[in-house]
Amino acid sequence: MVFSYYPGCTLKTQAKELDRLARNSAKVLGIILEEVEDWQCCGAVYPLGTDEIATKLASVRVLKEAAKKGQPLVTLCAACTHVIKRVNDDMKNNGDIRRKVNKYMEEEADYKGETEVLHLIEVINKYIGFDKLKEYVKNPLTGRKIGAYYGCMLLRPSSVMAFDDPENPTIFEKFIKALGADPVIYPYRNECCGGYISLKEKDRVKEMVATIKENAKHNGAEQLITACPLCLYNLKQISCRDLNIDYLTEILAEALGITYNSEEEVSYAYSK
Amino acid sequence: MQKIGVFVCHCGTNIAGTVNIDEVVENAKHEPGVKYVAEYPYMCSEAGQSMVQKAIDEHDLSGIVISACSPRMHETTFRRAAARTKLNPFMLEMANIREQCSWVHKDKEEATNKAHALTRAAIAKVHHNTPLFPGESPVTKRALVIGGGIAGVSCALDIAEAGFVVDIVESTPSIGGKMAQLDKTFPTLDCSACILTPKMVDAQFHENINIHTYSEIESVEGFVGDFTITIRKKARSVDMKKCTGCGACYDKCPIKKIPGEFDEGLGMRTAIYTPFAQAIPNVPVIDREHCLKFKTGKCGLCETVCAPDAIDFEQEDELITEKYGAVIIATGITPISLDKFGEYAYTSPDVITSLEFERMTNAAGPTKGELIRISDKKKPKSITFIQCVGSRDVAVRSKTYCSKICCMYTAKHAMLVKDKYPDIEVNVFYIDVRTPGKNFDEFYRRAVEEYGVNYIKGQVGKVVDNGDSLWIQAVDMLDNKQIKTKTDLIVLATAIEPVKSVRNIAGMLSASIDTNNFMTEAHPKLKPVESPTAGVFLAGACQGPKDIPETVAGAGATAAKVIGLLAKDKLITNPCIADLDPYYCNGCSACEKVCPYGAISYEDTEINDHGKKAIRRIAVINKALCQGCGACVVTCPSGAMDLLGFSNRQITAEVDAICR
Repeated sequence: MVFSYYPGCTLKTQAKELDRLARNSAKVLGIILEEVEDWQCCGAVYPLGTDEIATKLASVRVLKEAAKKGQPLVTLCAACTHVIKRVNDDMKNNGDIRRKVNKYMEEEADYKGETEVLHLIEVINKYIGFDKLKEYVKNPLTGRKIGAYYGCMLLRPSSVMAFDDPENPTIFEKFIKALGADPVIYPYRNECCGGYISLKEKDRVKEMVATIKENAKHNGAEQLITACPLCLYNLKQISCRDLNIDYLTEILAEALGITYNSEEEVSYAYSK
Repeated sequence: MQKIGVFVCHCGTNIAGTVNIDEVVENAKHEPGVKYVAEYPYMCSEAGQSMVQKAIDEHDLSGIVISACSPRMHETTFRRAAARTKLNPFMLEMANIREQCSWVHKDKEEATNKAHALTRAAIAKVHHNTPLFPGESPVTKRALVIGGGIAGVSCALDIAEAGFVVDIVESTPSIGGKMAQLDKTFPTLDCSACILTPKMVDAQFHENINIHTYSEIESVEGFVGDFTITIRKKARSVDMKKCTGCGACYDKCPIKKIPGEFDEGLGMRTAIYTPFAQAIPNVPVIDREHCLKFKTGKCGLCETVCAPDAIDFEQEDELITEKYGAVIIATGITPISLDKFGEYAYTSPDVITSLEFERMTNAAGPTKGELIRISDKKKPKSITFIQCVGSRDVAVRSKTYCSKICCMYTAKHAMLVKDKYPDIEVNVFYIDVRTPGKNFDEFYRRAVEEYGVNYIKGQVGKVVDNGDSLWIQAVDMLDNKQIKTKTDLIVLATAIEPVKSVRNIAGMLSASIDTNNFMTEAHPKLKPVESPTAGVFLAGACQGPKDIPETVAGAGATAAKVIGLLAKDKLITNPCIADLDPYYCNGCSACEKVCPYGAISYEDTEINDHGKKAIRRIAVINKALCQGCGACVVTCPSGAMDLLGFSNRQITAEVDAICR
């Protein structure tokens, strides 16, 4: 199974581990990720200005590259997934935006939203299945109590993201279970971490994050996993001794038995 | 050549505001065959109608055109006026220059041109009109009420009192509907059962009422005055004639843990059960899905203990076919599913809907009227009511409309709690408090001022079940601040929607339904209890959210309309039906296949074709069954079929006139 892959800027800088562990894990699972050539920043925030098309072009270019190869486009960062899925939806369902963007790009073939955009976890769910994933696990995380932190960007708006039920999501829990750990369901797993407010009002973010972490601990979580570099950053703003915050690819790699010596120098010790 | 009169209506400024009436009049004068043209501000008024009648007599008109509103609005009015003269009423045509012209256009010149074109078309059509004479059809003096809630029961009682036979079809094992589940009713706080059950008993013993519970509509044929309807009486597994209602069967039934529908799943019922003590009929039903006898073949305890030997495991569904003159849809409402409302944590046992709360405060309910948290059976110290759960919201999971009854029943619930347990803290989250109605706002004010219920303007964003208590995250819009608070019990004022089965029922009766599955009225103001399909009437909340007084008042209005129909011995039928030219018909059967009313059959008939006699197989139209839909006309490959009043010649003449 070959997919076009869009890592995004954060995965090349702050969240290198998310990227590298994902590539290595994917290899083990038989998923081939082909990085899109000359990709640009997705913008990190979905442009809400309906008449603004320039900010959508980077996403459209990536989508179009994938369309040319006829491959689904795989993302990892929650913000990239959010922006690219929403721009793709615009190109598919908003005739006005589609017309303007295609006119601006002046390329031979128009892009009409043909590419399927998937987060890596959706790829695992759809193309491998969590039951099958169990068979790949060499090092089951038995006894570990892991809570999923979804955040907002993968879930909402649910009609466009089509990721999971925005109020009671379960996909990460199924993933955690497949890796042999005990998923901890806690009500605040889909509450906002504060997002970009951390640039301006750090105290507010700390307050929001504290509620989430307390709730996770109250329900028995010993580790939280997330797909979002910004969520991870915010969640780490307050220290909490018995609650580690990691990327979902870290537990995946751990369960698959990927070690330090794999070909791309996997620095597995990150954040432990 | 016809002598045609044209009458142009201003409809106040409705038409004259956008259409230049003088120009339409002037243009009409030059149309072929037009002998007389007049205009008047309100042609439908008494003066306007007299003007039309006078002109017909004075100018010896053979056909007239009324350029005014939609034929749905006033065609009948003007046909009646024509009938008062020597003119055949079907020599009249309406040109709709209001709904299809002045109301939808802004530009006066364009609207005037269109009004002229439409008038021209109607004039061209009248040239080909021929006098038509309505037939008659019989009226079966019997009504069918679908739904045995308060709407259906009170409508049936009113019709039965007028001397007509009424059958009630109810899908559940007992009549009573949602009202039977309620505890108290607003704004008087009288006990729901005390006012409903006597009416149910009246219906049960009324000589003109037959009740079919645990039954559904199987099929519908026919039309106004002459419906043939088949009812499926589902197998009750209990012989209704033998059962005495003693209750020995359900006392002995070993399957005791089925969540009871009547108690909204809060209480348990047995596999053989009556939904509630005052059920009518007081005859149990075996729930075959859960019954051991049906599942494993073993048990049969109920059969053993039944003294009158009424249990019948072999019983099968029974089909009853009956003729009716009128049908009343009174299928009512149900709370929406909360599956998509994860933020309210409805999966928690201590988050309940308002209907569940009704059962809980009801002395005959699962907790015997005691207010407790389901999780730990403790009395709550604080209760929070959340209004507009799924109402007034454009999101896909929600309803855009106001469910109308929730503000009042929430005030009622809050007051009942405070009255019984003054120490419990009661909070209500609301968007707006809507209390129009007799003594309604006073009732709500009492909850706030006398009972100290704390109303907070704002929506709840998240509910978290933390085991021993529930956490609420909300916003107080008046104080402009976030609220994080704890409460012990949450009651959700869930939006209401029509029951799912109504789509199927409406489909069988060809009655129209809106995007929310509420039944559509024939006219929202002037025909509020009739469906657009003749002979099909509406009652209760299947039309839209209604409280009990409104439902009963509406059901009375429905009954009056039904009685008006059933009191007639014959109905005048529409003469605009299919008409066959036997010389062209080759008996190909194409029309028979498309006729939705089964009005076409074939007969060998002797045809005298220019002196040449021959026996041919040709179509025969049943004039009582034909509804004039025109499907056969467009299907007929040889052009033998035509529609009286809308003949091919008439339509072609109209199109030609418009294109001229």
